[in-house]
Amino acid sequence: MISMRDMADKPLLDIRDLQIEATVYPPGEKPKTMTLVHGVSLTVEKGKVLGLIGESGAGKSTIGLSSMAYGRGGVQISGGEIFVNGRDIMKGGAQGLRALRGKEVTYVSQSAAASFNPAKRLMEQVIEASLVHGLMSKAEAEARAVGLFRKLGLPNPETIGDRYPHQVSGGQLQRAMTAMALCPKPDLVVFDEPTTALDVTTQIDVLMAIKEAIRDTGVAALYITHDLAVVAQVSDQIMVLRNGKMVEWGTTDQIINTPREEYTRALVSVRSHEHAEKPSSGDPVLKVENVTARYRSVPIDVLKNVSVEIEPGHTLAVVGESGSGKSTLARAITGLLPPMRGQMIFNGRTLSNDLAGRTKEDLRELQMIYQMADVAMNPRQTVATIIGRPLEFYFGLKGAERDRRVQELLDQIEMGKGFADRYPAELSGGQKQRVCIARSLAAKPKLIICDEVTSALDPLVAEGILKLLLDLQKLEKVAYLFITHDLATVRAIADSIAVMYKGQVVRYGTKSDVLAPPFDDYTDLLLSSVPELRLGWLEEVIAHRKMESAGN
Amino acid sequence: MSRIPVSALIGLVMTGAFFFTAIFAQWLAPYGLNEAVGDVWENPFWSSEPSQYLLGTDNIGRDLLSRMIYGCQITILLATASSAVAFLTGSILGFTAAVVGGWVDQALSRLVDLFMSLPSLILALVILSVLNVTLPVLILVMGLLDSTRVYRLARAVAVDIVVMDYVEAARLRGERTGWIIFREILPNALSPLVAELGLRFIFAVLFISTLSFLGLGVQPPLADWGGMVKENKDGLVYGISAALVPAIAIAVLAISVNLVADWILNRTTSLKGGRNG
Repeated sequence: MISMRDMADKPLLDIRDLQIEATVYPPGEKPKTMTLVHGVSLTVEKGKVLGLIGESGAGKSTIGLSSMAYGRGGVQISGGEIFVNGRDIMKGGAQGLRALRGKEVTYVSQSAAASFNPAKRLMEQVIEASLVHGLMSKAEAEARAVGLFRKLGLPNPETIGDRYPHQVSGGQLQRAMTAMALCPKPDLVVFDEPTTALDVTTQIDVLMAIKEAIRDTGVAALYITHDLAVVAQVSDQIMVLRNGKMVEWGTTDQIINTPREEYTRALVSVRSHEHAEKPSSGDPVLKVENVTARYRSVPIDVLKNVSVEIEPGHTLAVVGESGSGKSTLARAITGLLPPMRGQMIFNGRTLSNDLAGRTKEDLRELQMIYQMADVAMNPRQTVATIIGRPLEFYFGLKGAERDRRVQELLDQIEMGKGFADRYPAELSGGQKQRVCIARSLAAKPKLIICDEVTSALDPLVAEGILKLLLDLQKLEKVAYLFITHDLATVRAIADSIAVMYKGQVVRYGTKSDVLAPPFDDYTDLLLSSVPELRLGWLEEVIAHRKMESAGN
Repeated sequence: MSRIPVSALIGLVMTGAFFFTAIFAQWLAPYGLNEAVGDVWENPFWSSEPSQYLLGTDNIGRDLLSRMIYGCQITILLATASSAVAFLTGSILGFTAAVVGGWVDQALSRLVDLFMSLPSLILALVILSVLNVTLPVLILVMGLLDSTRVYRLARAVAVDIVVMDYVEAARLRGERTGWIIFREILPNALSPLVAELGLRFIFAVLFISTLSFLGLGVQPPLADWGGMVKENKDGLVYGISAALVPAIAIAVLAISVNLVADWILNRTTSLKGGRNG
């Protein structure tokens, strides 16, 4: 045991010169060792929160997990020392680690839905670590869990533990996982992107719950995220990481208000550009009229009487939280889900409601880009085939002529030479999405439906994709139907906006109209829930909002 | 292709040798298939008084080595042809069921369920006992019975692929079912199917041998390994090992093909697509 004097002297978590390696298996080459984290040092004082921030591949999660001496698949800690409570945990062996994990250090993962065992009740899983470590009796643990449920703002705290994971919403599950992490009274909790998979409106509730729980229980925390605005709300200090190296480390106030490094400045100022609204020309390329749709065997209308219009070369942003029917609207327009009532007029022609009844011209002029670029491309086709197929299919281009056009398109998406023979697995996330854009452009469409095309990407990469889309719009005069839950993206790209809530369009008009007060309650909630890079923003929003989130 | 494990290398060499023997049987065999050359059950080379025939002779004095070589040809021909039939019908129907869905899927799947609920050996025995057993009939019966297993696998793999966004993108482009099956789904389903092909081939070898042993497979004057076990099994009582030679050959062929199939399965499951797959 460590005496009280030592505790006061030493920080709770002290990582010195951490180096982490992984063995990678690049296709067609010999396996090689890659260094993921290059000599990062950090300390966390008792009861303080350190935010780790960076793009994907920056090593945030890897560093976070190293505080429990854990390396995910093939990842190993190859150098440095990790002290928890003054003890070097790398020297404790397997037994030492078992005593550490789930007792002194606990973990909250990004996807609670994937982390809970679907066959066990919540309570059983929340108290499991406390019982295994013999920290308290079952009754004590359950009483503590109920207390935590209450503190985290879960409905029916006495009985919610009897439910199975699928019986609660995503936001509630994320809070249940936080309760699970806090139950054994740990000294340190690692939060790994705990709100990234949630809607903005749900995110602030979970964020507030986590913040209060940290304050009331006095645990220290590592808070990992790629969203600077989120981490600014909960952290005392922030460390900016890039490619496994530390870029900057300082207090939250210093990082967001007076960043010293160029990279940090780029992160802080991302999303700053505004998009001027285009004047209306009055003749829409697509008119959706009173569309009502439902999925087979579900007796509820997912779309209720939806009417929107898009003008040529304009962007209509459809916003709303998950379950509001945004993507269903896209499926109805593409013909994948034939509407029960209503009609769609595209380019002066009435579109057949189902896919089979549409002409090749209809299909060509209406293209789609997906959220997940890596599953939107066949992994066994090269970039040349992926982009070339629409050229072949719609225009009958073959051989050299086709290859020339493919290269033209690659130039247009700023990828240049040398990519035509690559497979999707050999591209980065942003490049994949660019290839998908090129594929839809190849058809020379009048309208492209963009379904959350930037939400799976890092902020800086997403910014590049948005800029590309806007440039291409100017060049090709193509209209976008832009589905997103991110209002910052909407500001950056939209000419008109439709706000959807529970299958209905609750607010619709030009961007300047929709984003100008007075707001209806839902639009107000949506707008106010977008995290702002400002200290104390979270408390302000919670105090002032007019309605609670539906996904709560 | 760079790193082939030893076990797979052994499998590849032995499988290659078996196929080589099958293809060039006419030139390799020292005697004719039905040529009686010596006494009944003459001794093989490993006995204390070996005869001039390497593997000895069989129950009516034919050279066992020659018969083994011809038998190899028949066994491998039947197994290959019936596996091909099984794969063509099974995978095309399975993919179609997955892509088209609806009642087509229901009808095909329930029909396959019906056939799979009956033990295939008994079903084959019943069918073959009423038909005139010729090689094409054998190939078709075995192939179609085996295609139910391939159908199951092909449909299961394809159902997972059909829901991917790139298949949806192909549909939105207006592609026909043929393109979706052969250009979008097949390349992604190929690895598990190739591994299954190896396993199915082994089962086909065992199946044809079983049928012949029971007298409903390959009919004289042709002979396959299963039939040769049957012809020589009475000798076992007198300590004559002639029946063991074809039995061992069946086992060795099965194992060597299995080694290759294992390797393919291992190699392809660790890849996420792209090159080498």
